Amino acid sequence: MDRGPPSALPWPSFITLWRFAFLIAGLLILAAVSVSIDLQPRSYIVLATTTSARDSGLLDYLIPYFQGDTGIGVRYTAVGTGQALDLGRRGDADVVLVHAPSAELAFMAEGQGVCRSPVMFNEFIVVGPPSDPARIGGLSNATVAFSQIASARSLFISRGDNSGTNLMEKTIWSWTGHIPSIANEPWYRETGQGMAATLDIASQLGGYTLTDDGTFLVHRAALDLTTDVSHDPALRNSYSVIPVNASLHPNVFAPGAMAFAKWLTSPRGQALIAAFTVGGQQPFHPDGEDRCPA
Amino acid sequence: MTDVSEILQIIGLSLLVSGTSTLIGSVIGVPLGVFVALRKFRGRTFVRTVAFTFYGFPPVLAGLLVFLLLSRGGPFGFLGFLFTPVGMILAQSVIVIPIVMGITISAMMTVEKRLHDTARALGANERQWRATALHDARIGVFTAVMVGFGRAISEVGTVLIVGGNIRGQTRVLTTAIVLETSQAHYVEATIFGVILFIIAFAVFAFLQRLQARGIV
Repeated sequence: MDRGPPSALPWPSFITLWRFAFLIAGLLILAAVSVSIDLQPRSYIVLATTTSARDSGLLDYLIPYFQGDTGIGVRYTAVGTGQALDLGRRGDADVVLVHAPSAELAFMAEGQGVCRSPVMFNEFIVVGPPSDPARIGGLSNATVAFSQIASARSLFISRGDNSGTNLMEKTIWSWTGHIPSIANEPWYRETGQGMAATLDIASQLGGYTLTDDGTFLVHRAALDLTTDVSHDPALRNSYSVIPVNASLHPNVFAPGAMAFAKWLTSPRGQALIAAFTVGGQQPFHPDGEDRCPA
Repeated sequence: MTDVSEILQIIGLSLLVSGTSTLIGSVIGVPLGVFVALRKFRGRTFVRTVAFTFYGFPPVLAGLLVFLLLSRGGPFGFLGFLFTPVGMILAQSVIVIPIVMGITISAMMTVEKRLHDTARALGANERQWRATALHDARIGVFTAVMVGFGRAISEVGTVLIVGGNIRGQTRVLTTAIVLETSQAHYVEATIFGVILFIIAFAVFAFLQRLQARGIV
């Protein structure tokens, strides 16, 4: 480039580039807007769900079948239970698939949902290191197991993130009569992370943790953890599907949301859920019942 | 789990979102920066301080704000931009504008004094003087754009909250890394990280080449 003394005042190439950038920016914005406007007569639903449904691989397995049967696409975002319901409450999602009965009932009481149908369940289990220092292996009562962990002061890894699993864990601790805190119990630790990451941490540190069996099955091969407590009736984890009320949120794609809810609880959807396996195990047990109006 | 076409789609969306938000951030941030640097007005120092403060603006907070604005329950919900690339671009532009603006101010301030008298003595009007100053500060301004792009392509907070990390729709490299890490798929997460690094390197190498050739 010319390094000589500036002769005349330049009308720099910079300005030319500038106008070019402006033009490109304008074109890209127009393109992006036109793409999203083109999709306005919607052929897809927005599903808000929890991370466990995604992380198990169930949704990626089910959605192509649903799309094939109905021609309706599904875009799902996997967030915490509270946020999933709130996305419905704001009208940002057309349908929610969650597992927090009390929060779901509150959602229904507000009139935010059209109907609430049970879809399937899995269960929470207590897993821990193969050495089993608290001697809880084979128990079928999580409350007894938690009491033994506390009295043995064995390492326990909590999600600590107010997720559905974390709330279940706190409920079990409340049944033991003592809720441990990180301030007073050095054996009790919180990760603040998702289930898979927490399982990994428990495996690395040799601690016990509460997990849903689906996530554990998916990751079991990579973990140095064994199942200690299962089949406790109190630890059943039920999933429900709720189409969002379109009379409160006019933008909601009500027919698509209703079709999804009915499809999940139909014999077809239930059979597909029953046929879904991870590593030879079935993480979700269908118990669907269509409670939505025809 | 993730096939090649899906990875390419994720890469393409990352470049589209970050590139567009950098362009928007630049066409807004550079003129603002030039204005603040060359005009003397009350509160100019305050504006500069605010711009520099926004360097440290947490992307998750920007994401939350844009989410609340674009949500159906928010003032711009009727646009339907939540969970779309358009929403992600808007959110990233909020991050990029103050960065480009702040660095542009710094670059323009370094040339201002010594050039102004010369240009005026040579008979330049205000418009010509601004063009001259901008031309003289072009390397600094160019750096501003590159830093803006670097921030956009690498941030995860806004695109996760506003985009929703929807597979095939709003999943970008950084949110893919978060997802794979949360599932303890560390190998996949690392691969996405390497791809992100290579893309950033390629983009910056290309931009440096433009600069070296004197195009900018």
